[in-house]
Amino acid sequence: MTASSTKPATRDTDRRSRRDARHDALFRRVLLFCALLVLAALLGAALSTLWGGREVLLKDGFNFLTRSDWNPVTDTYGALAPIFGTLVTAIIAIVLAVPVSFGIALFLTEIAPSWMRGPVATAIELLAAIPSIIYGMWGLFVFVPFMSTVEPYLSSTLGKLPVVGALFQGPPLGLGILTAGIVLAVMILPFIASVMREVFRTVPARLKESAYALGSTTWEVVWDIVLPYTRSAVIGGIFLGLGRALGETMAVTFVLGNSYNITSSLLMPGTSIASSIANEFNEAVGLHRSALIALGFLLFVVTFVVLLIARLMLRRLERREGS
Amino acid sequence: MNDLAAPAQAQPVTATGVRTKIEVRNLDFYYNRFHALKSISMDIPERKVTAIIGPSGCGKSTLLRVFNRIYAMYPKLRAEGSVALDGENVLDPGYSMNRLRTKVGMVFQKPVPFPMTIYENVAYGIRHHERLKRRQMDERVEEALHQAALWDEVKDKLKQSALGLSGGQQQRLCIARGIALRPEVLLLDEPTSALDPIATSRIEQLVEELKKTYTIVIVTHNMQQAARVSDYTAFMYMGELIEFGNAEKIFTKPDKKQTEDYITGRFG
Repeated sequence: MTASSTKPATRDTDRRSRRDARHDALFRRVLLFCALLVLAALLGAALSTLWGGREVLLKDGFNFLTRSDWNPVTDTYGALAPIFGTLVTAIIAIVLAVPVSFGIALFLTEIAPSWMRGPVATAIELLAAIPSIIYGMWGLFVFVPFMSTVEPYLSSTLGKLPVVGALFQGPPLGLGILTAGIVLAVMILPFIASVMREVFRTVPARLKESAYALGSTTWEVVWDIVLPYTRSAVIGGIFLGLGRALGETMAVTFVLGNSYNITSSLLMPGTSIASSIANEFNEAVGLHRSALIALGFLLFVVTFVVLLIARLMLRRLERREGS
Repeated sequence: MNDLAAPAQAQPVTATGVRTKIEVRNLDFYYNRFHALKSISMDIPERKVTAIIGPSGCGKSTLLRVFNRIYAMYPKLRAEGSVALDGENVLDPGYSMNRLRTKVGMVFQKPVPFPMTIYENVAYGIRHHERLKRRQMDERVEEALHQAALWDEVKDKLKQSALGLSGGQQQRLCIARGIALRPEVLLLDEPTSALDPIATSRIEQLVEELKKTYTIVIVTHNMQQAARVSDYTAFMYMGELIEFGNAEKIFTKPDKKQTEDYITGRFG
């Protein structure tokens, strides 16, 4: 009797375990497919922009990268000005957005009374949901006029300083690299702030308590405990914001001025890769079109290099900590 | 006359005549509206081990967290009454937090090394309060690690991350970090509840050693531990101090029925 009752049972578990193995294998394949899809999309986009830009790249080679003039009439194209504008506006955005996001995230996790935390956090996330065209219009109609009243003061104060003075010269157009950088900062701030807030919340309370128990001030706890504990995630959040700033199109197109200039002054108009493409792609044919697609490829390269530098920085930091 | 649980009116008497380090009078504590400690009065003797026992949620950890005002980092927590350290009320807003935390060190339930090297973990607290030359700092760190009985195990890897230590070593590191400030009082909040028996017995030996220098208050779930390490024992229940006195007496001949029920395992 015992034999007859155990035998079907074993067969049953056998079947069960075979089925489980099958399911697991299938599940793993589905996940692998999802991951490969990302790689395929990325590679496809990179290769097709490279292919689309082959005309200008074959014709000009490295000159395309190093030349700063961009003239559709004479069919000469140099990518230096857009690359310059892209990098400088993104750097301004990061420089302004990171400290503010840091402050917002810290306030919300460490200092704010509990009734305030939820609503403010939601408000920040809503800020991230505003379409960039709205930021562009706000930038053009509200912020640019405002900047044109502020810029004379910048020129007459900061502009007088020895080294940084060169950054604040020129007519108060309102449009320009600084304006674009500030609008970008407002746009990426919610991303950085919400990533920082999320990761600051993961710091165990007992870790902070231990530091407070040794007599640390809130600032010291944040600087010595919270930041090192969350460092890689915080840097990840910053680079998420930087990635967005590098590729942002509409808002920048509205306020950047779209002139192929490389100037030392942040008050002068400039251009960026994405805004050049947005502005000119409609009318571009032949070599001009190819040059714009090649710019798109360069945006890939620039973003990739920036992310790579971030990785290397992180690795070096970790090695120095001895972990 | 062994009873140190002082009724509000009467002055408590200690049988051995040891000096009182922390004098708690009519201490009430509120989490928002919840009344967590109800009019606690007790005298914690100097350079002795005082254990606080009681079932979960009885308020023993809360009481410990009042002694160094660590609760103040959270909103809506409130303490009323007085906790006098050497005669000065530490609950007085004028009592400097910095001063309090150099006098009262704390070790938590789970080992929480900071994400830095072993050396930095110990030096971290000292840096907040004193400016030392490199040599002096090295000495202080070594002294603290010696006292915490950890020096021999870590002396060759001071520059390595503290996160690589075992749980028991991490907890001794936390003790070293606490005593590096040369506090007068050491608060231990269930310091061995996350450790294995061997690490636990090392910590207990350490407590025995440390009481020569420090006044120690230990909260523990483990009654055998309280019986082993403590000179005085307090039994708390539902936010009240039921009984406080000589450890030997509490564990052999308690005055109150509730205490007896708890230590004989009838509830808790």
